[in-house]
Amino acid sequence: MDFLLDGLLRAFGLLFSGDPETWAAVSVTARSSAIALAGSLLIGAPLGFLLSVAHFRGRATARLAVDTLLALPTVLIGLLVYAFLTHRGPLGGMDLLFTIPGMAAGQALLGLPIVAALTAQAVEALDVRIRHTLLTLGANPRQVAMGLLWEARFAVMLAGLTAFGRIVSEVGIAMMVGGNIKWHTRTITTAIALETGKGQFAMGVALGLVLLALALVVNLGAAWLRRRMA
Amino acid sequence: MFRTLSRLVAATAVLLLAAAPLSAESLMMATTTSTDNTGLLDEIAPVFQEETGIELKWTAVGTGKALKMGENCDVDVLLVHAPPAEKKFVDSGFGEWRREIMYNDFVIIGPKSDPAGIKGDGVTEALEAIEDKKATFISRGDDSGTNKKEIGLWKTAGLGVPDKQDWYVQTGQGMLASIRVAEEKGGYTMTDRGTYIKYSADKDGNPPLDIMVEGDKVLFNQYSVIPIAPDNCPNAKYELAEKFADWLASDSTQQRIADFRLLGKALFIPNAK
Repeated sequence: MDFLLDGLLRAFGLLFSGDPETWAAVSVTARSSAIALAGSLLIGAPLGFLLSVAHFRGRATARLAVDTLLALPTVLIGLLVYAFLTHRGPLGGMDLLFTIPGMAAGQALLGLPIVAALTAQAVEALDVRIRHTLLTLGANPRQVAMGLLWEARFAVMLAGLTAFGRIVSEVGIAMMVGGNIKWHTRTITTAIALETGKGQFAMGVALGLVLLALALVVNLGAAWLRRRMA
Repeated sequence: MFRTLSRLVAATAVLLLAAAPLSAESLMMATTTSTDNTGLLDEIAPVFQEETGIELKWTAVGTGKALKMGENCDVDVLLVHAPPAEKKFVDSGFGEWRREIMYNDFVIIGPKSDPAGIKGDGVTEALEAIEDKKATFISRGDDSGTNKKEIGLWKTAGLGVPDKQDWYVQTGQGMLASIRVAEEKGGYTMTDRGTYIKYSADKDGNPPLDIMVEGDKVLFNQYSVIPIAPDNCPNAKYELAEKFADWLASDSTQQRIADFRLLGKALFIPNAK
């Protein structure tokens, strides 16, 4: 138990003294998660929307696929992305292995099904009368779509927050694709894994606290959105 | 909604730009956990950058994976310690050449109570006793240089390589993490001396695990640097890798390696030719 208390004390020291290594990991995490989240929202939200309102053959199968992908293990994504990004892989020429955008690409894949599935659910849950009202008011299909998305905006943001929570705390992709390179691709989670392996529990606890704080912010955001939706 | 979207796109673009690598030259290295965990690289990499302007980035993995990364052209240079595998790597055309840089030695460590009674034994007698008494033995089990060496020792001792035996625990983790498992389980393990000294220093010089077996000739542990062959990987930065190897072998860096001490003990001994 000693190391937890000791870690906690040293953690505050590291955080408030502006320890460059700790803050580098925080900054890498923030950057890669932000890119990943933007990616999964930009692709996932329209995809989820299509899944819920468009009529096409195989829609049920597509929904099933997206829902299944919710359970995609991060190490599997890490492995697949690694295989694609390694210089002997199909996308090796892009030089994305061991970079923040490379990690973010993998993490975006993790967030994508979450955003898509939750968006689809939210749009389906909208009152059908909204659609009918829009149609009665003479809206064209594009306007109906935008109107529906607008109505579902808080739900989509909530989906984004959920995805963010998963992305920010993920370790498999960050480790495999990022390579845990100090100052460059060492994230909060890969740093915790490394420091714990080295027996440096204080640093691990410090970084864990940052993650916890991030989770708190995300949850406060989610709670606020839920109130707005109610 | 559109405004929000375009803002998101703009924010993403800015972030991507911010994430783009700086224009300074950088050298990507795959290395073993021992050079990283002991803090040696943290000590010398900034000097390398200061003297040459080249930024050294490294990912610390087992030697097996490091060699694989070299084969796949994912790194420019290797700093590893498994001579037979390294020679094969160079002979197969994946590495341009191999240059010895420094060494330390392997030691078998175990709990002070020494349940198998191996203290002061030679390697073969110690391994026989451990197998005989079914004393817990922690193996890296990760195809690292240390793991390859350990497997080699079981073979040289004329014993089969243990695998599923209850007393033989394979962690699949780095050296310091494996030492910690040995500590928790009161077992023996084999480690390089550098990592053991680092571990002792973390325990304020009074670690629960002591050195049981050392000094046997077979425990010699050579570290070498290998630039990735440009013929195999046209994008590998061979010139920078060569510069790095020369720098490692230079008198001043060799001295710096010798001076890298914890608890007053040298972790690595320079021997570049």
